[in-house]
Amino acid sequence: MAHLVLGVGGLIMAFPFLWQIIMSLSTNAEVQSVTPVFWPAELQWENYVRVFQRLPFFDQLQTSVAVTVIRTLAQILFCTLAGYAFARMRFRGRGVLLALVLSILMVPSQVYLLSQYQLIQGFGLLDSLGGLVLPGLFSAFGTFLMRTAFLAMPAELEEAARLDGANPLQIFWRVMLPLATPTISVLAITTVLWSWNELLWPLVVTTFSDRMPLSAGLATLIGDRTTDYPVVMAASLLAMAPVLIMFILLQRRVIDGLASSGLK
Amino acid sequence: MTSSSLRPGSPAPSLPGRAARARPGNPAHGPGGARSSGGGRIAGDGIWPWLFIAPLVTGISVFYFWPVLQTAFYSLTDWGVFGGWTFAGVDNYVALFADPSLYLSIGNTLLYTAIVLLGIPIAVYLASLLNLPGLRFASLYRVLFFLPYVAMPTAVAMVWRVIYNGDFGLLNHALALVGIDGPYWISTPGAATVAVAIVGLWSSLGFSLIVLAAGLKNIPPEMYEAAELDGASRWRQFRSITVPLLTPSIFFVTIVTVISSFQVFDLLYAILGSSNPVLPKSMSLVYFFYREGFVTNDKGYAAAIAMVIFLIIGIVTAVQFRLQKRWVQSD
Repeated sequence: MAHLVLGVGGLIMAFPFLWQIIMSLSTNAEVQSVTPVFWPAELQWENYVRVFQRLPFFDQLQTSVAVTVIRTLAQILFCTLAGYAFARMRFRGRGVLLALVLSILMVPSQVYLLSQYQLIQGFGLLDSLGGLVLPGLFSAFGTFLMRTAFLAMPAELEEAARLDGANPLQIFWRVMLPLATPTISVLAITTVLWSWNELLWPLVVTTFSDRMPLSAGLATLIGDRTTDYPVVMAASLLAMAPVLIMFILLQRRVIDGLASSGLK
Repeated sequence: MTSSSLRPGSPAPSLPGRAARARPGNPAHGPGGARSSGGGRIAGDGIWPWLFIAPLVTGISVFYFWPVLQTAFYSLTDWGVFGGWTFAGVDNYVALFADPSLYLSIGNTLLYTAIVLLGIPIAVYLASLLNLPGLRFASLYRVLFFLPYVAMPTAVAMVWRVIYNGDFGLLNHALALVGIDGPYWISTPGAATVAVAIVGLWSSLGFSLIVLAAGLKNIPPEMYEAAELDGASRWRQFRSITVPLLTPSIFFVTIVTVISSFQVFDLLYAILGSSNPVLPKSMSLVYFFYREGFVTNDKGYAAAIAMVIFLIIGIVTAVQFRLQKRWVQSD
């Protein structure tokens, strides 16, 4: 009984992906047939080749990869450093600065979007990689996550290193950072997912489709009167593929990480 | 600029495991007192913490904190077509609260949220099945249900657009089999919101399911064994043990779902399409904000909408925390 419900449910969840795969291998006439064609007469693999010929797909893929890699590395660096200092060091104004950072967690992103756009425009970074990555290099959520991880660590190791004459950077880098790897992987996974899938920011800071990441690039394909559906489906599947493959390879880690962080 | 306050050999003050509370400036140390090396309370780690936090705090201040203040201010200004602004007081808010688009977009957002919330009871039920001891294929099911949550919204929107297509979409084919003449989902007001919300439910179900399944793991199995001995049925156990003990997780999932549903944009934009004539009737609050801020370019008005979204989410969240005391079991 449980298997019946979960199996049928799982099939419903997976069905849109399966249907997308089938359509990506069909002809446009088969997709738009009034009687549904559940399996194409001949598998049209060349639709996947046409993705690269018809759309600036390769440019967009490169942009998505660059944006995601840069943001993820920057967030790991900045958030672990700041999270460690907020958790483990004493300095004047710590409480106030921490409150400043954490207050951002309560604010919906629309509230800072307009000014972020103006800043990027002012820097002359519209339609550039710099403009796409910039605000996302910093994360209040990531800092909160890393601070929580560092708070939970035992003080003994730190003190032993201190007695050995290590300076705070050495203590952080050699002793504490390796201990934080599980939480860093949660931060990396959430940042990759968010950065790869995000739509609103790229939509706002880019206007030329060859400058867009994949998420915004796909959105430009909507609404054409003469949509080439199989190519659109193939492009969508290719755009999702890196993240879906990462998810399937690291499934337990991704699921537990996202469930514990509660953020998309 | 020396870092002399790191004194090897002396037990360094550290605060493991204690949440940093905002410490009001110690009056004993006047301006510039941070340099005093004698006071045990303030003696910190010198310049190091500042180096550690500098990149992040600078970035957050410039790209997040300052923009929030700026938006609050912009909401009180009027922007000319060619840039430049004049102070407008509460004019934007007065105009906004008289604008039918505001109420329409709130209504659509509420309808969307209500439909996505239907996923939570479904997820509670599915989680209880997923947690049955010795269930085979459990990790396969977890992956299947979680897949839509990690998939790119614009990419899945493409397939849903075809499924919803009024001429050749699968959904209307299926409905026709049971004698229902389906609407043109994507171009009919009302139906369009429902269509987007069904995708929203589909994509967030996995998240709720996983959080709830993790919550179930914390319920001691002895409770079910005791209930079994008392002859309680499966359904009775579900109602009297599972659901009450799961309320903290249900509460968490509800809060997250409501906050993210109130900010729906990606799916709406990608399923309906920005040139869809149905959008003015089917837009969400965030789409309304996007349109005013980046399509018609009325920054002051868009800032006012952003502040209203902020306020609504704040109030809704506060109310949920209030009501929490009535239905969430804590121990």
